[in-house]
Amino acid sequence: MADAPEIEALTPYARSLGISLDRWEDGTPILTVPFDETVEGRPDHYHGGATGGLLETAGYAVLRAELARQDRVAMLKPINITVQYLAAGKSRASFACGRITKLGRRSANLTVEAWQDDRERPIATAVMNVLMAEPAT
Amino acid sequence: MSEQARKFDPSQATDFFTGRGHPGWLGLRYSDHGDDWVELELPWREDLLGEEGQRVLASGPILSLMDMASGMAIWRAMDEFTAIATLDLRVDYVRPAREQASVFGRAQCYRLTRSAAFVRGLAHDGDADDPVAHIQAVFMKITSTARL
Repeated sequence: MADAPEIEALTPYARSLGISLDRWEDGTPILTVPFDETVEGRPDHYHGGATGGLLETAGYAVLRAELARQDRVAMLKPINITVQYLAAGKSRASFACGRITKLGRRSANLTVEAWQDDRERPIATAVMNVLMAEPAT
Repeated sequence: MSEQARKFDPSQATDFFTGRGHPGWLGLRYSDHGDDWVELELPWREDLLGEEGQRVLASGPILSLMDMASGMAIWRAMDEFTAIATLDLRVDYVRPAREQASVFGRAQCYRLTRSAAFVRGLAHDGDADDPVAHIQAVFMKITSTARL
């Protein structure tokens, strides 16, 4: 983890849902959530909202990591998210990892993928825009 | 269609969906409904906050709230409970929700085809004319044949 920058702890919401850091991969955080009742929709499947929450959290995480690497301090505020649901999330752990497509001064554009057994077959993807606000003084 | 002729009554059915699983964990509950729309309530909770140091509800629970309200609006519009899956969901977060306030998610199923259901909606924290988020979504019926 020597090359892993310190990032802010996950949001209270993310921790409460059961999301945690699985590992760092080339400076990018891979997040995971175990299958539990907190994420269950129809029996033995992920709720679309829980999958979306995991994607969104992975998006914020990769952005926080990059901002920390650049010594930038900002409060992250969601602008929007579009989630594509590609396959049903089954009753096992899910993983998610984000990529910064464009890092601007005020906003960032991110793409995120979530998968279960096979990373080549994502269960959902998302595109997000995040506002990076000046911290309140 | 008169209320008597309807089989899927959101005021009765909500507990079935929100009594367990992810909607149960969020504490979603029934708020209101019409012929093709349903509104659910997400009560304020300290452990659903977003960015550290800010007293603002995270965006994830709003996404879940709208996904659930959308599903129920579709069952209301179809007037039956069949398996559906979210295909695409877009949320625009137009302002932060007020601290301590419940967030209400209102979704309308404005178009049903044999295979797909189209939904739009908003989330507000007390005044539907001053939303905190807008959404668009498409769901697929799981069992239907692929005809639009």
